Amino acid sequence: MVLLVAPFFAARFYIYILGVIFVFALLAMSLNLLVGHGGIYQFHHAAFYGVGAYTAGLIAAKTSLPFWIGFCAGPVMAAAAGWVIGLFCVRLNKLYFGMLQISLGSLIWIVALRWYSLTAGDDGIHGIRMPEVLSSTINAYYFLLAVVSACILVMFLIYKSPFGVTLRAIRDNPQRCEAVGIDVRRHQLLAIVIATFFAGVAGVMFVVLEGSIFPDMLFWVLSLEVFIMCLLGGWFTFFGPVVGAAIMVALRTFVGSVTEYWTMILGIVLILLIFFLPEGIMGINFREWARGRSRRAAARAAEGTDAAG
Amino acid sequence: MLRVENLHKSFEDFKAVDGANLHVGPGDLVAVIGPNGAGKTTLFNLITGHLKPNQGRILFKNQDITRLAAHEICRRGIARSFQIANIFPRLSVFRNVQVSVLSQKKLSRTLFRPAQSLVVEETHRILDSVGLSDKKLDVAGSLSHGDKRILEIAIALGNEPELLILDEPTAGMSPDETASTMALVNRLAREQGLTILFCEHDMEVVFNVATSIMVMQHGHTIIQGMPEEVRQNATVQEAYLGGV
Repeated sequence: MVLLVAPFFAARFYIYILGVIFVFALLAMSLNLLVGHGGIYQFHHAAFYGVGAYTAGLIAAKTSLPFWIGFCAGPVMAAAAGWVIGLFCVRLNKLYFGMLQISLGSLIWIVALRWYSLTAGDDGIHGIRMPEVLSSTINAYYFLLAVVSACILVMFLIYKSPFGVTLRAIRDNPQRCEAVGIDVRRHQLLAIVIATFFAGVAGVMFVVLEGSIFPDMLFWVLSLEVFIMCLLGGWFTFFGPVVGAAIMVALRTFVGSVTEYWTMILGIVLILLIFFLPEGIMGINFREWARGRSRRAAARAAEGTDAAG
Repeated sequence: MLRVENLHKSFEDFKAVDGANLHVGPGDLVAVIGPNGAGKTTLFNLITGHLKPNQGRILFKNQDITRLAAHEICRRGIARSFQIANIFPRLSVFRNVQVSVLSQKKLSRTLFRPAQSLVVEETHRILDSVGLSDKKLDVAGSLSHGDKRILEIAIALGNEPELLILDEPTAGMSPDETASTMALVNRLAREQGLTILFCEHDMEVVFNVATSIMVMQHGHTIIQGMPEEVRQNATVQEAYLGGV
């Protein structure tokens, strides 16, 4: 509700920041489908975000095809790339998966960086024209809100589906899953295709918001940031990554405008997180916490009466 | 139903299983016994496809399953529990069993139906039959050791197995828990017509429950026969029972 009426109150800059948060919330949630719910260490998720963005951006900038084709092709290309890379990676476990995934993902980054004639290298392509309806910030905001909400809804359905349950079982104990007849690798690959599809959607949304594509979108540092969003927000919860994305984008924007060393603040936040909230912000079991509090309060009260008696 | 012929498996120089033979008929309750390191768990891992043998054959319902992957063997009707409680610690007890029922019904890749409303009845029936219904909402990782072992058996039942393999189902249990677990195993075998293959250290349990006993030593099958036969066998007495 607040998000629906926000454009009527907030300045354009804040609307834009909200849009950025939507993009990263979607990206982080798609990653968390793998990391938090699947136990799959997808270390280079941004590669697929980049593939989605570059596909949509290049189709818009270099061809005369209608815009919507680029919008649809982005996620499909990202999922295709996810499938190809996943095909190799699911043969490995845990950290080895992650290592191979970083390397293969970085190949895509190199292509975007070096294929100068197509991608304009590290300059990127800027000022990509959007269709008339999306050219104003407000309209783009509503478009993003609608698409991201729809994607999150679909992911929520998947999270609640038998596939979602099976995926969490694989995360908990892949060996046991094999023993109950689950083809672990096929399930992991399907999860990767789904997650990279939504990463591609996030990439397309960034193009809508920003009108630019550049190789940093596929750089592994961005993957790390998205990974941190998941950990920060609570990677065993469904909505945790949204919280993580909001905090990270806010930190980057507001602390980043004061000092260029905003990552130092991030580092401190991370250290505190590991020590005090290893399951992230949404990972706090509020009910337990409240119960503990009331129990302590009751204990105090009891002590008080004892002392009085 | 299950026939293991001259199975060999070595890890580098160590021969873990060195000529194991086993026969399990329909409805049997077969126990594998032998000292620590005799190769019992390795034998079970070979049967369920978690390890691949160097030599030998495994036949299930007259089909060769020696080279199949673990999940394919499970599909043919062999389910198992593990020696170390092997459950899904972050999921609820209900979900733990539901996962295997979903897999059995080939629903585990269903994307757009709520899992909440699927295979609920079947899952409840299994939880009822092992007596875990009242704990179905607990997080599996928080169960007591004994309950975790029972949950393992429940997960295995989700696959509607014809042959259930239990690797030391009572390891680490108190005498009371051991008795009630073996009573449960026995009841499941009778009520659901299950064939069960298990290994166990407690000799009293083995000779009470099993219809057939296979004795292993140094990865080698010494004998398989009825409990009385095995008790009388001189080699077994010397090698293992130590004059019981």
